[in-house]
Amino acid sequence: MKRTIPLLIAAATGFMLILSEFIPLTQSWGRKVMIWFDILAAFAFVLGGANLLKIHLQKISNRRVGWGYSVITVVAFTITMVIGLGKFGVTPSEAFPDFAWSGDYLQEGSGFDWMYQHIYLPLASTMFALLAFYIASAAFRAFRAKNTEAIILLTTAFIVLLGRTYAGIWLTAEPLAWLGQNLFGDAQALAMFRLDVIVDNIMSIFNMAGNRAIMIGIALGIVALSLKVLLGVDRSYLGSEE
Amino acid sequence: MGNFFTNLDRRWIFLGMAVVVAIPMLQGLSFPEEPSEMVRDVFKAVDELPDGSNILMAYDYDPATKGELEPMAATFTRHCAKKKHKLYFITLWPAAVPMLRQNIDILENEFGNDYTYGENYVNLGFRPGSEGVIKVVVTDLKDLFANDVNGEALQDIPMTRNIKNIQQMDLIVNVSAGTPGAKEWVQYAASKYQIKMVAGVTGVGAPALYPYVPNQLTGLLGAIKAAAEYEQAVSEAYPEFNDNPATKEALRRMGPQLIAHLYIVALIILGNVIHFTEKKRGVPR
Repeated sequence: MKRTIPLLIAAATGFMLILSEFIPLTQSWGRKVMIWFDILAAFAFVLGGANLLKIHLQKISNRRVGWGYSVITVVAFTITMVIGLGKFGVTPSEAFPDFAWSGDYLQEGSGFDWMYQHIYLPLASTMFALLAFYIASAAFRAFRAKNTEAIILLTTAFIVLLGRTYAGIWLTAEPLAWLGQNLFGDAQALAMFRLDVIVDNIMSIFNMAGNRAIMIGIALGIVALSLKVLLGVDRSYLGSEE
Repeated sequence: MGNFFTNLDRRWIFLGMAVVVAIPMLQGLSFPEEPSEMVRDVFKAVDELPDGSNILMAYDYDPATKGELEPMAATFTRHCAKKKHKLYFITLWPAAVPMLRQNIDILENEFGNDYTYGENYVNLGFRPGSEGVIKVVVTDLKDLFANDVNGEALQDIPMTRNIKNIQQMDLIVNVSAGTPGAKEWVQYAASKYQIKMVAGVTGVGAPALYPYVPNQLTGLLGAIKAAAEYEQAVSEAYPEFNDNPATKEALRRMGPQLIAHLYIVALIILGNVIHFTEKKRGVPR
């Protein structure tokens, strides 16, 4: 029963959404199902938070490796939640001035906004910026012309790295215009060999063709997998049997 | 010397990257950009709409990608405001709410005389549900957005009173850092209901969206390079923006980007020189 009811809900919801795409009469049913989904998604935030607390508290309780990080996670989570839900520093909204909690939790100058601007924003930006350092290190150590495929990849990387900056124009635009003018009497005759133009062609021809093939493959896979889920053949999304 | 490079500690590489990014940043080094065909398509999609058109500003990015996407989001906002379009801000990312506010600050600080909240722009904020939100708002906006971020009912806001769903938008402008983002807006809104759409995405996200251009996506801005080209296109069309240094943010970031790219190219060449030298000498790897 614990598995049958979720299976039936998933199947009914899935088939309802498929039907609503093809039968106009059922369109409003499909919309209703999507609204249920959006409401459930809001509850998923609560479940996610509870799950995060459960896992980290267990880790702290069992003194597992890295439990100190779990302490930081739990403390940060609790402080953020209290300040956000308590709406510390939030003034009531203009629409409802008599209700203390009517203001937006992210209002400028509020406690949550301060944490977002001064803690979350710099931390998240720093994490993303670290990529530049690791890419540089990886480029030095791993990008080797060991075989034909690697040479093609390396050449493409050079073209894209240079063509995606002003270096591409600076290195090729003037020389090719001069060459085109002197050889063919037309400065634009060799424009197709400009690095920035080659990059555009790589992206819109080779990349697009490859990505289309991948997308079509993925779409066919999704159709097959969705059918298996809706018909109850694939039950892995329900977790283990225990 | 050769031995130094062979066993090069990666911290030297990190230091090199810090230096090559810091110097052009501190020097304020920037380069001119030539808007590509794709960027011109994005520019035209916004510019050729009649003044006062309805535009959905779907900004789905967070602080991690702010450095790459904020300049293009800000340029979209300024360009749309210059055309006096009606802007409906929305996000599918919980961490993007302050990003919407930053763009609204642009409207208030730079276009305050022409732009009034509720008449020219509205902030719908965030709703959970990812692509589920798109699937609902394309048929009925008020099913999910009964009110704006200030708690005011959409029915009481002049510009949203008569908006039934986002099929009434003349254009969707999406700035996206991942999922849910541009792909979902294309699949569930733009393609299905033939709503014109342009998008701005991160460099790593752009290749996967090229297959949608030009039929489902009118144009696509990929990474800070395209943002810089878009800034260039907007400032060429509206020279009054040249007085505002904030309108050159992406162009300013292309200086460090160029030097960093040259540094990576140099590292790849150096790595390969070492590789082939060792191979010639028969050093086992």
